[in-house]
Amino acid sequence: MATRGFTGRRTPSDAAARTPPGQALTDDFPVLSAGPTPKIDLASWRFALKVGPRTVKAWDWTAFNTLPMTRLTTDIHCVTTWSKLDTAWEGVAIDDLLADAGLAPPTGFTLAHGYDGYSTNVPAADLAGPKAMIAIRYDGAPLEPDHGGPARLLVPHLYLWKSAKWLNALQFTERDEAGFWELRGYHMYGDPWREQRYHDDP
Amino acid sequence: MSAGPARVSSWREARIVAIERLTPRVSAFSLQPEGPIPFRPGQHLDVRLTAPDGYQARRSYSIASAPERPEILELAIERLDDGEVSPFFHDVAEVGDAIEIRGPIGGHFIWTVADGGPLLLIGAGSGVAPLMAMVRHRAAAGSDVPAALLLAARTRAGAPYRAELDRLADETGLALTLALSREPEPGPREVGRRVDAGVVAAALGRLPAPPSHVFVCGSNAFVNVATDALAAAGVAASVIRTERYGG
Repeated sequence: MATRGFTGRRTPSDAAARTPPGQALTDDFPVLSAGPTPKIDLASWRFALKVGPRTVKAWDWTAFNTLPMTRLTTDIHCVTTWSKLDTAWEGVAIDDLLADAGLAPPTGFTLAHGYDGYSTNVPAADLAGPKAMIAIRYDGAPLEPDHGGPARLLVPHLYLWKSAKWLNALQFTERDEAGFWELRGYHMYGDPWREQRYHDDP
Repeated sequence: MSAGPARVSSWREARIVAIERLTPRVSAFSLQPEGPIPFRPGQHLDVRLTAPDGYQARRSYSIASAPERPEILELAIERLDDGEVSPFFHDVAEVGDAIEIRGPIGGHFIWTVADGGPLLLIGAGSGVAPLMAMVRHRAAAGSDVPAALLLAARTRAGAPYRAELDRLADETGLALTLALSREPEPGPREVGRRVDAGVVAAALGRLPAPPSHVFVCGSNAFVNVATDALAAAGVAASVIRTERYGG
């Protein structure tokens, strides 16, 4: 159905191939979070790797910063329909985190947890290799609180609500458990190229 | 398009049945879908526009109308000069035009009278839209849940729904404050400055007890100012829900 009188603004063709369906490019970096932005003191920051309820290893800020750092320039896609190309991140690849803890993925599922009580589910396979990291720097500077600093999960091939802000734990779970938005109508997987926005999207 | 019990993710046609200017930059668009769309106050709709060559643009807009009327849903849309979709609504759309919508969407930024109170609502400009759905619902349900609404705008004329909010304050006990940063002579229910810690503390003071639900909607910068002020006033982060837009 064409909308009378609507012409729209096209994405330049070189960028169009990198823009998933239903998304529009932005040069801004919009902020969308469900509650107040937590103010997290680096001196008290902790991150825990868990299997079920059990903490396998925890890092404070100093220890976390001794882990191998990976740089990643990638496109990001928010379910609210903005996409941003060529965003530059630096952080710890999940593979490197697991190696430091001496842990092989014990299950196929994870929940990422934030300081604000947020959680989101990501399959373990989607965290492997160069696809995902715990980011602590964006565009050459420490990650700002509005964008999830000190540390956020970054899983850029899924909608950005999977990239939990203010990360404080990554937990392997026996089953695929719904997180905050997944319990509130959003998709369990969230692939932007398949437009998996809402729970009943195929 | 298919009718019937649509899924959230199904696009449905809706006709624009009324357009009302709320401020120089914000207008209310009333949409009548093929069938009623039950929703809860605070939820939003996705809107999709299609160009003749098939190109599509979509945006999310909060529903401003009360859930007691699911046959006609009202969106409050601000004209963004560099926007793609909002200029269409303001400059092109007319009563009788059809667009596509889907929803309702959102399971977090939601309040119904069953959730109780006290309720504190803080919005800026068109960010008042989901809060309007809440106060209209509260009025339609005849609820006496204590409620306060703090609305920020530059000027009196730039405050959406000002007349209706005044009426709700008169008739339903809504504790209304307009924070108008460019009105040198604030009137009743107005303060002549931006939202800051003092303005938020004063709004809190108009509730009989600390709020059990706080909803803040506006630009990210506005939401950060408001939530910092709430934290300074001792409101727990766990009772605060936010909706942010813009970069």
